[in-house]
Amino acid sequence: MMNIQNMILTLQKHWSDQGCILMQAYDVEKGAGTMSPYTFLRAIGPEPWNVAYVEPSRRPADGRYGENPNRLYQHHQFQVIMKPSPDNIQELYLDSLRALGINPLEHDIRFVEDNWENPSLGCAGLGWEVWLDGMEITQFTYFQQVGGLECKPVSVEITYGIERLASYIQDKENVFDLEWTDGFTVRDIFLQPEYEHSKYTFETSDTDMLFNLFTIYEKEAHRQMEEGLVHPAYDYVLKCSHAFNLLDAKGAISVTERTGYIGRCRNLARKVAKTFYEEREKLGFPILMAKEENSHE
Amino acid sequence: MSKRDLLLEIGLEEMPARFVTSSIQQLAEKMQAWLQDKKINFDDVQTFSTPRRLAVLIQGVSEAQEDLHEEAKGPAKKIALTENGEWSKAAIGFTRGQGMTVEDIYFKEINGIEYAHVQKFIKGSKTADILPEIKDIVTHLTFPKNMRWADQDLRYIRPIKWLIALFGSDVVPFEIANVSTGKITYGHRFLGDRVEISSPEHYATELLRQYVMVNAKERKEAIVSQLKKIEEENKWSIPVDEDLLEEVTNLVEYPTALFGRFEEEFLELPEEVLITSMKEHQRYFPVKSQDGKLLPYFVTVRNGNDEHIETVARGNEKVLRARLADAAFFYKEDQRMDINKALAKLETIVYHEEIGTLAEKGQRVRKLTNQLADLMNFPDQDKKAADRAAEICKFDLVTNMVYEFPELQGFMGEKYALQKGEEPAVAKAINEHYMPRNAEDSTAGSEAGAALAIADKLDSIVSTFAIGKIPSGSQDPYALRRQATGIVQTLISMDWDIHLEKLINLAVELVENAGFSKLENNELKDELITFFKLRVKHVLQERGIRYDLIDATLGSELHSVPSLVRKADILNLKKEEEGFKESMEALSRVLNISSKAEGAKKVETDLFENEYEHNLYNKYLEVKTTISNGVTEEDYYRLLLSMKEDINAYFDHTMVMAEDEKLKNNRLSFMASLADMIKSFANVREILVK
Repeated sequence: MMNIQNMILTLQKHWSDQGCILMQAYDVEKGAGTMSPYTFLRAIGPEPWNVAYVEPSRRPADGRYGENPNRLYQHHQFQVIMKPSPDNIQELYLDSLRALGINPLEHDIRFVEDNWENPSLGCAGLGWEVWLDGMEITQFTYFQQVGGLECKPVSVEITYGIERLASYIQDKENVFDLEWTDGFTVRDIFLQPEYEHSKYTFETSDTDMLFNLFTIYEKEAHRQMEEGLVHPAYDYVLKCSHAFNLLDAKGAISVTERTGYIGRCRNLARKVAKTFYEEREKLGFPILMAKEENSHE
Repeated sequence: MSKRDLLLEIGLEEMPARFVTSSIQQLAEKMQAWLQDKKINFDDVQTFSTPRRLAVLIQGVSEAQEDLHEEAKGPAKKIALTENGEWSKAAIGFTRGQGMTVEDIYFKEINGIEYAHVQKFIKGSKTADILPEIKDIVTHLTFPKNMRWADQDLRYIRPIKWLIALFGSDVVPFEIANVSTGKITYGHRFLGDRVEISSPEHYATELLRQYVMVNAKERKEAIVSQLKKIEEENKWSIPVDEDLLEEVTNLVEYPTALFGRFEEEFLELPEEVLITSMKEHQRYFPVKSQDGKLLPYFVTVRNGNDEHIETVARGNEKVLRARLADAAFFYKEDQRMDINKALAKLETIVYHEEIGTLAEKGQRVRKLTNQLADLMNFPDQDKKAADRAAEICKFDLVTNMVYEFPELQGFMGEKYALQKGEEPAVAKAINEHYMPRNAEDSTAGSEAGAALAIADKLDSIVSTFAIGKIPSGSQDPYALRRQATGIVQTLISMDWDIHLEKLINLAVELVENAGFSKLENNELKDELITFFKLRVKHVLQERGIRYDLIDATLGSELHSVPSLVRKADILNLKKEEEGFKESMEALSRVLNISSKAEGAKKVETDLFENEYEHNLYNKYLEVKTTISNGVTEEDYYRLLLSMKEDINAYFDHTMVMAEDEKLKNNRLSFMASLADMIKSFANVREILVK
C-alpha cells in the first residue's frame, strides 16, 4: 500500500523521466494548480514548457472543520503541464497510473467528457475527467484559451487529486485516515489547520478587511502591470482571487456582486496574460529559440 | 464491373459520448453523398462507432466512375456554317472547346432553330485515383464542440490518433494533422493490441478479437441482454432509461455489466436523490424490486471483461457511498433550514442580470398567480394554496440539496415544504410549477400547481422578451418555446377558458411596472402574441389537426386555448361529413361579401326588400340570442350550420351591392354583423374544401 509521500515521489520520477522540470509549489495562496504562474503564465505563447509540481490548493468554501470525510479546505494537486501536448499523452498518463500500482486490467478506467472553464482567469479547455472504477481521479485538459488568449501550441494539463487517488489506493473511507508517510496520517498533519481555517473562513475573518484587501491588491496589480512587471502583478492577482474566495465562502458577496468581482479578476488576468506574452516576445521567446538551436546542432 | 469494399476509420482519443451517434451518421451521409456525386456505384453502407473510432464500411464500390455521355450545344446552324457551306470560326471554336473536331458536329432543332451539337464522351476516372479526396470528408465533419491539440491548426472533436482508408487491400493515401492513412487499427485500450486490417471485410471480426465491439447496435444489445441476465438471476427489475443506455453504449468498447450495493440506510433519502446520484453522476442503472420498490443496488457497465470484476464493483460502491453520504449530510443540514430564511436569501440571487433577483421575480409571479386564481374563480382554499405556493415556490433553490443536485428543484421543495408543515396542496404546487419539465413530462394537475406553473412560465417569457431576448430560428437559449408550449398544454389539460391575450397583458403590465423592459408596451405585446400563436399552432399540429383548420380557428385574437382546441376538434371531426363543404361555402360567402363593409352598423329592417332578407335576419337574431346565453362549441357549430339554407336563399334573391347606396350599406352592415358571429367561431374561409 503506497503512502502519499511515495505516490508523490513516484509521480515526480515518472514525469521527470518524461522530460518535465520538477518545480516546487508556488508560494502564494491559490485555489488550484492551474493558477500557479508555472501553468497560467507558461501556457501562454509558443515556448515549449514541460513541468510537474505538487500544488497545495485552498478552497475556503470546502472547509468543513475537519469533520467531513471527503472535503478539505486545502487539498493537494499533482499538476503536469506539457506544451505542445505530446501525441502519446494518454499513454504517458496511463503509465503513471501503472507506476502507482494501478493495473488497468484490474480496474475500469475511462475518459469521460469534461470541459473545463475558469471564468475568473479567462481560461477554457476541453478534455476529460478520468474515472477509476467510477471515481474521478484526474482532470485531463487541452487548454484552448488562457487569460483570454488562444493557445498555440496547445498545452495539456493533467491534474491528479492526490487525496482522492490516495483514498482509492489505500482503500480508506476518510481522508484524514490516509497515510502520508510511515507513522503520519493526514489527520496528524492537517486536522488542526483544517479546523482553524474553517473557523477563520466562516466565523472569525474580518470581512471589511478582506474587502479592503481585495481593492488594495487589485490596485497594486494594476500599478505593477503599468511598470511591465508581470510576476509581481500576477502575485497580486492571486491574492485578489484568494480574498474573493474567502469572502465568497463567508457569503459576504451577493450573486450580483459576484459577477462583478469575477469580472475584475478576469480583467486583471487578461491584462497579465497579454503583458506576459509581449514581454516574452520582446525577449525573442528564449526557450523556443534555445530548443530550435538544439535541434539544428 | 468489378468492385471492392471501402473502409474508412478515424481513430480518436475518447469522444464525448453524447456526440458519437450523430457524428457517425454524419460521416456515413457525407461518404454516400460524395460517392453519388462522383457517380461511383456502391451496394451497401455499414457504420461502426465506439468512443475511440468512427468507421464506415461501404460494400461493392465500383472500380471506376460511370462513363458520361454528354451532349453539348453549340452555335445555331446559320452561324456554324459560312455562306458557302463551310464551317465557321464559331463552329471550330466550339468543337475545340469541347475537345473535339468539326467532324463530330450534328444538328438538332430546338424551338424551331437548328443548333450544332456534339456528343461528348467522358471516361470515368478510376475510383482509386480520386479516393484520396475523401480526406476532405474527414476534415469537414462538423461537431458541436471542437478543439485543437499540440501545434495543429485543425479543429476537431478530439485529437486524431490513426486513420484507416482501405480500398480492397490498398491503402488510400492521405494525411491529416500529421497522421497518415494505413492498415493499422488499435483494439481495446487495455485488453487489445494494435492490429492490421488486411481488407475491409475483416474489420469488425478483427476488432472483436481485440476486445472491441465495434458495431454500436450490437454493443447496445449486448448491454441490454447483460442487464436482463442480472435482472433474472437476482429477481430484480432494472428499468432501462433509453438515454442512459445510449450514453453508456458510447462510453465503452467492450461492455460488461456488473452490480454493486449500498447501505440500506441510504434508502431513507428521497428516491429522486438516489436515482439522480446513480444515473446522472455515475451513469448507473438503479435497481428496483419486481413490485417497483427501489433496492440498495446499482448496475454499472464496465469498459472491459469480467476479470477482477469484484475490484471494480467495490470501487464503484465506495464512490457511490461517498456521494450518498454527502447527500445524506445535505439532507440533514436542510432539515434545519427555515423557509423564511431561505426566502430572504432569494433577494441576493440574481435571476438574470437585466431582469433582477429571484425575489423580485417571485413577487410578480405571486401577483400573476392571484390574478389568475381570481379569473378562474378558484374556491377559497385553492386561492389560499396558490398564493402560499407562489410565495414560497423558489425557496428550495437555496437548499444544499438543490445546490448539489440542481435537477431536483421542485422535488425537494415539495418534500421539504411538507416536512415544514405546509399544506399538501401547497407542497404539491411547488413541485408542479416546474411541469411539464420536458416534452415527455405531464402538466401540473392541481389547481394551485397549474396556476403557478402558468404564472411562473409566463413571467419568464414576458421578462425575457422585455429585455429583447426573443427566440429566433434555432436560437432559444432560455427554452422559452418549451415553456410557452407548457402553458398551452396546461391550459388545455386543465380546460381553463382564459382569454390568453388578457392573461399576457396582465403579465406585461407587471413586467412594465418593474421598469427593466426595453420594448414599448405594444411592441412587447405584439411579439408575445405572435409567439404564442405559433406555440398554440404547434400544439394543435401535435394533436393531428389539419393546418387549414388550425388557421381557421386561430383567427385574429388569442382567446381561450381549450375553446380553440374544441373548435378545431369539431371541424376536424366534421370535415368528412356530408354537406360540410356546402355549409362552409355558404358561410364563406358571407365573409367574402362582408369584407366590403365598413363595419357592422345598425341594421334597418325597413330597408329590406324581400322576405329572404327578413328570414335570414330573424334567423341571425335568434341564433345570436341563443349564443349569448352561452353554448358549447359544438352547439355553436350546429347553429351556424342551421343558417345555411337561409344564407343561400338570401344570396339567390338579394343583390347586396345594390345601386342604391342606402340599401347597399344597410345590407353590408348586416353581412358584417353576421360575419362577426361566424368568425368568432372560425374564419371558415381558411378551410380547404374539396
